[in-house]
Amino acid sequence: MAKNVVMPQMGYDMDAGTLLRWLKSPGDTLERGEPMAEIEPDKVNIEIEAFDSGVLAKTLIEEGETVPVGEVIAIIGEPGEEIDDVPAPANGAEQAEAAEQPAEPPAEAPAQQAVQERETEPAPAPEPERETPQPATAEAPSGDRVRASPLVRRLAREHSIDLSQITGSGPHGRIVKRDIQPYIDGEIEIPIAAPEEPVEAPAEEERVVREAPAPVARPAAERGEVEVQELSRMRQTIARRMQQSFRDAPHIFITMSIDMGKAMELRKQINAEIAADDPESEVTVNDLIIKAAAVALRQFPVLNSYYVDDKRELHDNIDVNFAVAIEDGLISPFIPDADRKTLGEIARASKDLARRAREGGLRPEEYAGGTFTISNLGMFGVDNFTAVINPPQVAILAVGAAKMRPVWNAETEDFEPRFMMEVTLAADHRATDGAEAARYLQHLKAMLENPMRMLAG
Amino acid sequence: MASTLADLKSLEEDMLAQIDENGIREITYRQALQEALTEEMTANENVILMGEDIGAYGGSYVVTRGFQEEWGRERVIDTPISELGMTGVATGAAIAGIRPVLEIMTINFSLLAMDQIVNHAAKISYMFGGHFNAPVVIRTAAGWGQLGATHSQTFEAWYAHVPGLRVVMPSTPLDAKGFLKSAIRGDDPVLFIEHSLIYRNRGPVPTEEYTLPLEGSEVRREGTDVTLISWSRGAILAQGAAEELQEEHGISCEVIDMRVLRPLDTDTVVESVKKTNRAVIVEESWRTLGLGAEIAARIQEDAFDYLDAPVGRVGSLEVPMPYARNLERLVIPGKDEVIQAVLQALA
Amino acid sequence: MDTGQLLDFYRQMYLIRRFEERAAEQYAYGKIGGFLHLYIGEEAVAVGAIAAMSEKDHLFTHYRDHGYALAIGADPNAAMAELFGKETGTTSGRGGSMHMIHPERNFWGGYAIVGGHIPLAVGAGLAIKHKKEDAVSVAIFGDGATNNGAFHEAANMASLWKLPVVFLCENNRYGMGTAVEYASAVPQMLTKAQGHGIEGEIVDGQDVLAMYAVMQRAVEHCKSGKGPYFIEAMTYRFRGHSMADPESYRDREEVERFRQNDPIPLFKQQLLDAEKASAEDFERIEAEVEEVVEEAVRFADESDFPPPSTIYDWVYFSDGEVGKEPERG
Repeated sequence: MAKNVVMPQMGYDMDAGTLLRWLKSPGDTLERGEPMAEIEPDKVNIEIEAFDSGVLAKTLIEEGETVPVGEVIAIIGEPGEEIDDVPAPANGAEQAEAAEQPAEPPAEAPAQQAVQERETEPAPAPEPERETPQPATAEAPSGDRVRASPLVRRLAREHSIDLSQITGSGPHGRIVKRDIQPYIDGEIEIPIAAPEEPVEAPAEEERVVREAPAPVARPAAERGEVEVQELSRMRQTIARRMQQSFRDAPHIFITMSIDMGKAMELRKQINAEIAADDPESEVTVNDLIIKAAAVALRQFPVLNSYYVDDKRELHDNIDVNFAVAIEDGLISPFIPDADRKTLGEIARASKDLARRAREGGLRPEEYAGGTFTISNLGMFGVDNFTAVINPPQVAILAVGAAKMRPVWNAETEDFEPRFMMEVTLAADHRATDGAEAARYLQHLKAMLENPMRMLAG
Repeated sequence: MASTLADLKSLEEDMLAQIDENGIREITYRQALQEALTEEMTANENVILMGEDIGAYGGSYVVTRGFQEEWGRERVIDTPISELGMTGVATGAAIAGIRPVLEIMTINFSLLAMDQIVNHAAKISYMFGGHFNAPVVIRTAAGWGQLGATHSQTFEAWYAHVPGLRVVMPSTPLDAKGFLKSAIRGDDPVLFIEHSLIYRNRGPVPTEEYTLPLEGSEVRREGTDVTLISWSRGAILAQGAAEELQEEHGISCEVIDMRVLRPLDTDTVVESVKKTNRAVIVEESWRTLGLGAEIAARIQEDAFDYLDAPVGRVGSLEVPMPYARNLERLVIPGKDEVIQAVLQALA
Repeated sequence: MDTGQLLDFYRQMYLIRRFEERAAEQYAYGKIGGFLHLYIGEEAVAVGAIAAMSEKDHLFTHYRDHGYALAIGADPNAAMAELFGKETGTTSGRGGSMHMIHPERNFWGGYAIVGGHIPLAVGAGLAIKHKKEDAVSVAIFGDGATNNGAFHEAANMASLWKLPVVFLCENNRYGMGTAVEYASAVPQMLTKAQGHGIEGEIVDGQDVLAMYAVMQRAVEHCKSGKGPYFIEAMTYRFRGHSMADPESYRDREEVERFRQNDPIPLFKQQLLDAEKASAEDFERIEAEVEEVVEEAVRFADESDFPPPSTIYDWVYFSDGEVGKEPERG
């Protein structure tokens, strides 16, 4: 039986060896343990011994040749075995496992060293004292701490940003730099923290308004087991903002009925054309309303503005938020430039945003903005309802279900069935008034009842 | 005498070291050490080498091959297997005015000499009120490669813990040569820790003589998203991981090579973290109470308000090193572990 | 030997004795803290041996080292101040009792790790040989240290390389609280040195002249290139291992018995009997020593503690400035 002799692994970082010289020639007999060759694995010469007795049948490499560890370098055969009959061996396959480098290969030489210049400038300006109470960075009353990285906390202090308004996308819901960055960059205007400097004591009358609500007295005849539920982060945020909005903005509510017959017809036609091939582009009723509301707002910039510090801030862009119900709350992503987008674009955007809203994958720059909000409870069969304005926006449109109703036709002097939808606009009476709001709704109604106008607009 | 072929090979290796117009050429880490030792022994006849098998055997990592033939047995001394004794002898010789460079074969064996290193060499200057010193240089090597539990450890954290010692762990031939020369010329006890798996790494080294002060860390790669911190072979690993992170993940890593472990300069690290807001430390030793823990502590002390994520540490699994190759691969952190830690820091 | 030299031996021994006794007293007063290992009873070993050392020789000792410091020339003021922890001490208050030095005579310290300094001494022997100096390196240690690995590794190397090292073993029959017969398999420490091929002899450590002579022989042996020499000086410490030692490991009778062999009165008697000196000589010496020691205590008392601002001094010997031109030749 022929036996292979391989280049041995001698030393854990050896990957190749050089044959210096054969100490035996083909045809010589070998005793086990006898030196048979001299190799150089790594700057040192060693002899390799024969592990088997027999006859050195063939040598396969020349003196001076370098081969990888594990490669067959000679064959030992039986005495008397014809050398020519010895088959060429497999590449060390039947030998002990080819000793590939067990360790990590010597790492490549590093890239050119860059020498770090030591700064000699003085230490940066000291941060504000950590002990100073931060009124806005919320230790929520329930004790649920805002998770935010130290970097974020510092940035929040420096930029007066209310961390309780920000959703964190880091591990464990931690607010990390990318979450707060859009606020710092000024892309998004809310949320604003109370200023760090102590504010002047507000005037007497204002103080009354700003006082915390009086604690609710428990009913004397309260009975039954009570399960106390701590509010989630989001719930608290919603609670706080809605309370602030309802308290500070005098809401007026104007309702209008809109005949949705032609709008629905248009929708059917569009979807027949597009949605069959591209379900993502299927236009919903809400998409129509978003488009119509946005186009209508062009004529009513006040309703597209922010009310801040007794001033109205008019926006060129019309970014429409739409409320999406999610677990234990809601979130309102917005579609930027909704008036200029096609129905298809609005459809795709709203689907994507809604889906990601439900998955928790929205980025702050997708929801912490917008100039006008639409809230639709039509899917619940609601006839109409009133919504709370999202500050610092100035208006919000509450949309009910479209239902067949009898409507008086003055020409035929009879009732006829029409597909009617009620919308209720809530407007901030500090910024606008009933007449303007009503005129806006007329415009919206006209657009939806003659939908070609919305496409042409 | 070594065989003719071996000499030719050595010559060939030397010729392969390319020299460009700036007088820079590439040599291996091992060659850099050899040059440093040769230059210092030439310059000062009181520089002697001691260690197990450094003479006739040429050194277990072949660093001192040919040295005994060149300098003789008086200056290149093969010691008995007496780590404690020989470290004390080297230290005492340094006190009495010569400059021994002791080789402790691997850092695993230095445990036997710990009393001499920590209780004697490190203490001489302070304990005796600065009246005299023990400028002994102890060269040793970390490393692994299916060598088993007692031959695969690295204890730089233990030595970097001790006031009075200078501890360096260079990763490049340039640093290795410059540090070793400075260590030999300097007046303090120095623990010079090499790594068995980087002896063949090549790097630029000037042809003209130079030394490097035993201080400071180096930015090996500039970046913006995360600071990777390591030393010795870990620094090379970190740079490799940084390349892959850039190509595959578009993540820009700044890599800092600590180089000098005592005194530990974290100024550069802190500055970097203030820029990147994230840090990951990579070490081959066990994570628990490794040097990474110290660096992480300092980062949170000095750059707390700049951290966007907890400081990550990558180290060996907390086991004595197993023999099986696949298990060993699991123990020592590789590129994947570093990449995972970086992704975690950016989550 | 002339009278002057003999009286000097007496003076040195007496100085050590009184210094140690006063130190014990000051310790009791709380002026000295930590460990205080008194050399009382062993003075002849230090004085005799060190008298045979030259200025070029090197000395490394164990922690019972006040006697060596004084014998080799350290200032008693500085020595006492060091015990008090003052900045005027031999190591500026950094070392304390166990780490006395006298660099002017290459006394590189007392060391507190048993046996740990012996390799250092062999290292100095290596340096002497390397620099071809006409000198020896002396390691002084106790019987207990000869059971320590450091001793054996160092002894092997000294013997192997024929280094000029004098191994001076003070066999005071106890390693702290363990009698030699419970610590060493062989009754004489010299046997262990011989096991490493080192020549040597056993002497009476209470006889200062015998110590002087044996040291001369040892130095001669080493300087002639024959390699190391081992001296086992049989001696006894009259006090406990250190101040806190209740001495529960030995009998009162035994201590009394050995006190009969007190080197100092023995030597005095020897000189008086041989009419080499008079009673007045001794009175004069003793009175003078008394003053020296009294002054040392006063000096130590009045010196200041090291300023806290210096606490980081000498952690490193250098300030890190390396890359200077190396010594040439």
